[in-house]
Amino acid sequence: MRPPSPSIPEKEFLVASLKESLRLDGRLPLETRTPILTFGPELGWVECALGKTRVVAEVEGKMVKPTPERPFEGSSRYTRRYRPWRRASTSPVGRASDEEVTITRMLDKVLRRSDAVDKESLCILAGQRVWHLRLTLHFLSDAGNMLDCACLAGIVALKHFRRPDVEVIGDEVTVHEPTERAPIPLAIHHTPFCFTFAFFPDPSIPPVIDPSQLEQRLSAGLLSVALNAQRELCVVQKLGGVPLDPDDVLKIVSVAVQKAKELNNVVDARLREDWEARKVEVT
Amino acid sequence: MGSRVEILNDGGFRSDGRRQFELRDMTIDLSQQGQADGCAVVTHGLTQVLVSVFGPREAKMRSQTMHDRANISVEVNVAAFSTGERRKRTRGDKRILELAATIKSTFEPVVQTNLYPRSQIDVYVQVLQQDGGLLQACINATTLALVNAGIPLLDFVCAVSGGVHSTSPLLDLTLLEENDIPNVTVAMMPKTGKVTLVTMETRLHVDRFEEIFRLAGDAGKVIHGEMKNAVRSRTSALVAAMGSGPRVGGVDVAADKDGDDRMNEY
Repeated sequence: MRPPSPSIPEKEFLVASLKESLRLDGRLPLETRTPILTFGPELGWVECALGKTRVVAEVEGKMVKPTPERPFEGSSRYTRRYRPWRRASTSPVGRASDEEVTITRMLDKVLRRSDAVDKESLCILAGQRVWHLRLTLHFLSDAGNMLDCACLAGIVALKHFRRPDVEVIGDEVTVHEPTERAPIPLAIHHTPFCFTFAFFPDPSIPPVIDPSQLEQRLSAGLLSVALNAQRELCVVQKLGGVPLDPDDVLKIVSVAVQKAKELNNVVDARLREDWEARKVEVT
Repeated sequence: MGSRVEILNDGGFRSDGRRQFELRDMTIDLSQQGQADGCAVVTHGLTQVLVSVFGPREAKMRSQTMHDRANISVEVNVAAFSTGERRKRTRGDKRILELAATIKSTFEPVVQTNLYPRSQIDVYVQVLQQDGGLLQACINATTLALVNAGIPLLDFVCAVSGGVHSTSPLLDLTLLEENDIPNVTVAMMPKTGKVTLVTMETRLHVDRFEEIFRLAGDAGKVIHGEMKNAVRSRTSALVAAMGSGPRVGGVDVAADKDGDDRMNEY
């Protein structure tokens, strides 16, 4: 079953309004939806909403024996649960659709390959015990740009998570309950944020950031840029689609630099706010 | 740790004796392979890729036909013996699926698919040897195989990889360099100078990215020259084999010369 394609009037209306730099939800071409981050009662549970796109990320940590090749490094595993697609998926049962493959690979690159989490700090006892992190992403609803939403949810969950304190005396490992000792945040090297831009076949239409579902469907190419607030690019990905001028690509990267700084402030403020609310006054 | 290989030594040479902006030796073989309509074997140094193109032909599955254009299907197969450590990759491997999807979406806007409605173009990519720059080799080989199959393209697609070692940019990386330094692959269309594909997977500062991105664009033009020469010599070899030479009755020599000039523009 192919997903229902947008009707011709819908398409024409979108294209006509984009030509006047108007978007259907009232945003400017280079304006993102403000992410709404909701934290759960447990540390490491985050729901991220970009408009009606919603992704839940949860982080769990447990102790495992490290692999013999890397005795000093903790490990991490990311699992994804796709819900909104499975029904309208174009591919035959059992094989991942193209979009799924792109998102899976991109998440892997942004969260794991860019070394956001320091793995060696997850080591408890070399060769014996390390922390194993499991990040699960649940895709709840798709209103466009699921990738950015998932990346944001993932990285915020990792920043929000705190692991219990452990004490090593000789060969003995003691885990301290959160009530005994304050849990410790993960050592995070940098916080990559992902931004997706959509391009349209008509060259007079400017690229739009954070495309909605309809825009994404009608676009002729996506360019995803993942970078941190320190102006370091982690991933740039433009897989085919409309050919672009090299200058346009660089212009988009500079837009993303600006956006990453803004988003970093929003995320930091939100995390601080949540942490303050968790403090209990002891009188 | 054993002795570390210097990526770029004080004399400005790389581990395989090349200079910073030197590309590896590129060989192109466009001869017929089996039943395919178009074939290309491209090597960049020790990376070797064979691409066969079948079609445009009727789609095997009715559901895949599109009423207004041809469907391009890409399948990538990595030979188990292609890497240093022998490993069988399954077809469901995410990395391979991504590679196939990348090649497909790179060529969808370049191939004039609207000329062949309700048909399918099959591209089979066989990776024979890997030594860095896999995506670049796959894209260059696919372009040449499509050209060889006589499928109309808007332009060549020329890909090249690049990386940055501390602050000095390098072009056309080997596996050793690829594992060590941030790397970028850029595919460009030489006629318009536009970029169809950019991928980067490791951390790199924005300013450094700009530098290597522009350099890779220039290197694409050099690759284009090589590809163009290969296509021309293959075509002239075919023409010579047909024993046609300058024709007496049909096309007059002046018009033929004109056609030759037109080809020079590409």
